[in-house]
Amino acid sequence: MAEMARELGKSVLKGENITKVFGYGKTRTEAVKKVNFDFHEGEVISIVGESGSGKTTIARMILGLITITEGTLLFNGQPRDISSGKKRKEYWKNIQAVFQDPFSSFNMFNKIDDLLLDCINMTGGKHKSDKEKFDMMTEACSFVNLKYAELTNKYPFELSGGQMQRLMIARIFLLKPKILIADEPTSMVDACSRATILDMLMKLRDEIGMTIIFITHDIGLAYYVSDSVYIMEHGAFVEAGPAEDVIIHPKADYTKRLISDVPKIYGEWDLSTVG
Amino acid sequence: MLRQIKEAFRNPKFLVGFILFVLLLLMAIFYPMISMYEPLTYYATSFEKPGTYVNILDIANSEGVKLNVDTAAGRLDSVLTDDQKETMKDWLVRFGGVEESAIDLEDSESFLKLWQDNYDSKNPQKGLRTADKKAVARLDKQLTTALNSDSIDIAGKNEEGELEVVKSIPGDHFINAGSVGNSYTFPLGTDNFGADVLTKLTSSIRVSLRIGLVAGLIGTAIGLTIGLLAGFLGGWVDNFLTFVTNIFTVIPSFVILVLISNAVSASARGATMVSVIIGLTSWPWTARSVRSQVLSLRGRDHVNLSKLSGHSMPRIILQDILPYVASYVVMAMILQISSGILAEAQLSMLGLGPNTSTTTTLGIMMNWAQQYSAMQSNSWWAFVPVVISITLITFSLNLMNTGLDQVFNPQLRD
Repeated sequence: MAEMARELGKSVLKGENITKVFGYGKTRTEAVKKVNFDFHEGEVISIVGESGSGKTTIARMILGLITITEGTLLFNGQPRDISSGKKRKEYWKNIQAVFQDPFSSFNMFNKIDDLLLDCINMTGGKHKSDKEKFDMMTEACSFVNLKYAELTNKYPFELSGGQMQRLMIARIFLLKPKILIADEPTSMVDACSRATILDMLMKLRDEIGMTIIFITHDIGLAYYVSDSVYIMEHGAFVEAGPAEDVIIHPKADYTKRLISDVPKIYGEWDLSTVG
Repeated sequence: MLRQIKEAFRNPKFLVGFILFVLLLLMAIFYPMISMYEPLTYYATSFEKPGTYVNILDIANSEGVKLNVDTAAGRLDSVLTDDQKETMKDWLVRFGGVEESAIDLEDSESFLKLWQDNYDSKNPQKGLRTADKKAVARLDKQLTTALNSDSIDIAGKNEEGELEVVKSIPGDHFINAGSVGNSYTFPLGTDNFGADVLTKLTSSIRVSLRIGLVAGLIGTAIGLTIGLLAGFLGGWVDNFLTFVTNIFTVIPSFVILVLISNAVSASARGATMVSVIIGLTSWPWTARSVRSQVLSLRGRDHVNLSKLSGHSMPRIILQDILPYVASYVVMAMILQISSGILAEAQLSMLGLGPNTSTTTTLGIMMNWAQQYSAMQSNSWWAFVPVVISITLITFSLNLMNTGLDQVFNPQLRD
């Protein structure tokens, strides 16, 4: 149940005509075609689409992991500048991500402590005493219902998938970024962990007022968590707007199809629209 | 990492290869310490069979010993066949006037005495054909020669430069090799120069292993650096490095090896120089495979996460990429060590290996054995141990590689 449309804060991330092209010549592929978006402070946004529609490409462009072929991205009203290592580091203090596959998100050779300490160091906690650092890590772990004492000196592969994904959220808790991109964070964990993880993210949003961008193929999840929904097909947005409007009163055929594809527990599945 | 090392030592292939390699290494390290010979010193003059070798001049300078053995009878046994003994017995009975019952063929000493006392070539020997008479006379002469215990004269030059007898050694005297100052026991004989093959072999194994190790380290280091940079940085850096790597891949590395070795003068080519040259030409395949592995690692989420954590590029390469390719790199290095040893042997066979007057390697030993026709002169000890050593070294390294492969890629286990 989406909360009633809340008061929107000021714009934090605005994309104008964002385009991404992979390859050239015969292998040229336009993964993202001139998309526009406007994300606000404290807003929860879902970008919904099927595999290969360009959701993850948009996420990576916003994160600055791949370059933007064309278009401008405004961060806090200013064109984003990540041309130098220092500027990138500064940018990444404000924008963070949780990835889809918890098993490949961790460096298996580093201990869990190193991962959390990195976050403390990044947010300027380098000079804190060991006791303070320990308290911060304990707090972050308890926020996601993990016990730091049980995790210390362990390697990521000793945890379950759900635990790993919760640890990722503990990392976000320590970093407190302005924007979080959650790239299908629940698709690889079981249904029970899924609800827990979503609740934790929402709680975190309320606590530090961050913007969350969900990348998902699950329109039910999008309806459950988001304020705004962007429906994406073949690299372009076909429909966008408040979650209530888009999902209860869909206009685009593609949106209708996505909604009808959601498995229902009661009643027969309507497969007639599947084309 | 520790877990994988433990697992590696539980893998039978790796374990056998490792033990074999360590044994060879220990032999190469410790045998030269306990050996009484120097690998490059000449003790004999040419190929000498495995065993004890005493120089003839040393015999002249040592005291002979007359052993209390029945030499004459012994020699008779070694010279005469049973048929010849029968002929002699027949002669003694018919012409020498000896009773048949007095002759005992088993008792060589008394038989010999009877013969020497009674045989006379001037005996008319009635009833015997001339050919038979001559045959018996030849037999007698053969015996006389065999039993001759005359002295052997050893000559030497005196002050005026003329030869004179220095010493004469009685024919029935023996020399105790242990009491001769310069007697040598060569377990594997000597090579064409008269150097001890075993000492030379262990010293060669040590040098060859060092060449392989240095070449493998250099080749792996270059290949790893190029592969990591090309794979991780991408773009024009990747294009340029891949271009260079491809050039080195298409030109047969052995040709470059020969050309470079030829360009460096023989006196400057030490073992280290040769290993550097081999290392500089053996990196392309490591670079290619490391690059392709890094290419697939580059887009992984843990690398993205590391970037988002603000880590610098060198740190990401060292902490997030290198550990994931480390197992492959170790395996590639083991193979490069083994191919480095083989490359040195090939170069040395062509005469382009390390300087032969200062060092000795497995390749050089084979080269000398071939040049001095060890094969034609049946001097197997000059090259068979070398070939076995090279085979064992490369076999053990390849076995270790296969074992590690099974540890790192569990699907390969049978």
